[in-house]
Amino acid sequence: MSLHAHLVVERPAFRLDVEFHAAAGEVVAVLGPNGAGKTTALRALAGLVPLSGGHIELDGAQVHHLPPERRGIGVVFQDYLLFPHLSALDNVAFGPRCRGLGKAEARRVAAELLDRVGLADHAHVRPGRLSGGQAQRVALARALAVRPRLLLLDEPLAALDAHTRLEIRAELRRHLAGFDGAAVLVTHDPLDAMVLAHRLVVVENGSVVQTGTPGEVARHPRTDYVARLVGLNLYRGEADGNRVTVGDVVFSSAERLTGPAFVAFPPSAVALYRSRPDGSPRNLWRAVIDGIERHGDNVRVHLRGPITLAADVTPSAAADLDLTPGREVWAAVKATETHAYPA
Amino acid sequence: MTGPARGRGPRARLPWPLLVPAVAGLAFLVLPPAGLLVRAPWRTLPQRLAEPRVLEALRLSLVTATIATAVCLLLGVPLAWLLARTTLPGRRLLRALITVPLVLPPVVGGVALLLVLGRRGLVGQWLYDAFGVSLPFTTAGVVCAEAFVAMPFLVIAVEGALRAADQRYEEAAATLGASRWTVFRRVTLPMVAPGVLAGAVLCWARALGEFGATITFAGNFPGRTQTMPLAVYLALETDPDAAIVLSLALLAVSVIVLAALRDRWVGTA
Repeated sequence: MSLHAHLVVERPAFRLDVEFHAAAGEVVAVLGPNGAGKTTALRALAGLVPLSGGHIELDGAQVHHLPPERRGIGVVFQDYLLFPHLSALDNVAFGPRCRGLGKAEARRVAAELLDRVGLADHAHVRPGRLSGGQAQRVALARALAVRPRLLLLDEPLAALDAHTRLEIRAELRRHLAGFDGAAVLVTHDPLDAMVLAHRLVVVENGSVVQTGTPGEVARHPRTDYVARLVGLNLYRGEADGNRVTVGDVVFSSAERLTGPAFVAFPPSAVALYRSRPDGSPRNLWRAVIDGIERHGDNVRVHLRGPITLAADVTPSAAADLDLTPGREVWAAVKATETHAYPA
Repeated sequence: MTGPARGRGPRARLPWPLLVPAVAGLAFLVLPPAGLLVRAPWRTLPQRLAEPRVLEALRLSLVTATIATAVCLLLGVPLAWLLARTTLPGRRLLRALITVPLVLPPVVGGVALLLVLGRRGLVGQWLYDAFGVSLPFTTAGVVCAEAFVAMPFLVIAVEGALRAADQRYEEAAATLGASRWTVFRRVTLPMVAPGVLAGAVLCWARALGEFGATITFAGNFPGRTQTMPLAVYLALETDPDAAIVLSLALLAVSVIVLAALRDRWVGTA
């Protein structure tokens, strides 16, 4: 039940060209900003958008020339698309019925699945009367009812409110763990991707810019978009031993490298001073405050200068520093929290 | 006077350039049917309605309009689907052709039907030679004439409903393994049912009132092709009171059916 996909979709002002794979039992998250082509990729996998090139291979068999109804791919759509004229039970039984099961047998299968997602007592309710979380669970049950080889989920949690989201995310993780086929999840929410997926495929402007486990991607972002998602400052520079030069700033890092390299550090690793601090001159430079905003319990300071960066300081530190836009400060980054890796 | 209830407050006076034509238009539409009610020979109404001639025409009208609507549904819904859901070349031209009967004077429609389905017509001759079927001047001919005139109403209404329906539900059904026919039957049709019903009602009302094409193609034989509108027209020359009675019956049937359907399906959908 493995997926190998190379998807090429050409549109007048857009080209999607992504390649990725998913093993049986693996959950792959396609992560990217709006308009990156994530949903197009998912629709291409499902057969709802024709490929301009490439291929889709499921268990070693090419399926990209098959119409959607013959691909054996289950889809959970973003706004679920439960048939409004059918009860929850008949929505779930729809797939099995199409696969040739009798009405009673299809309903038995559907009832079992509804029970598994905890909605046995809502079997005869129409979708219009289900809550968002319940509709999401019915949609998942409906997609699983056809015993798909590949399960696709398009922004499965985007339509839910914050509280329901937390609950459904944990539940979805459990259901995905119990699914033996490959699963591809499309999302713009890094938290959904990190919690639900074994592997991330980051897509920007129609191309894959980074792949890896959530841990790898979070530690070693390779684009500004990913760095922002995982909350790191990211720069590209030239490494020489323990030093990485980014423009006019020289960083010390724990890793030894040579050649093009990335440097990443969290905003909390940045310290700000009104006057030049004593001690190590490395990882230190003058910066100008661009803007200030609340960020959790801290204050996030946006700075420009030789490099732009975000720094998190405590509210009391912010008060002591008298942070106002336009003010000049000294910025320093702890070498122990600065990571360098090859670009 | 009831200040807060009137949304716009006391200054919301209606402008007379809109109000005067609106009232005139309303009067123009409402007065003729009202006049029918005023001039009706109410005392003799029951026995006039019970006349076999009237009952026969009424029955024929109801039966033919209903069959014509069934024919329109059977042929028109798939046609609407073809126009709304496929990328058939020449679809625009097709849609234009379909609307022709809509704007064509019904009498012309009747002449055209005669030329094609008449016993010496293009298709009619073949029908007669091969099966011994002759449509003109028969009850089947009435159904033909009515369906010809009424079908565009149904096709346009259903096509509109299909275009307005969210096609992503059909995609969802396809990913669940449904063939296009299954998708149509189990997802598309139930979802556009209110639109189909509205189209069918419109179609039925049009068929019930059909006059020009019917009298041209099917003639005016009592009991066989004389529907209510034909009977009304004929009666007007010999017995105006009878024409009023027949008109009233037609009016009542239309209003009752439309009102009943509206309350039960169209209104709540």
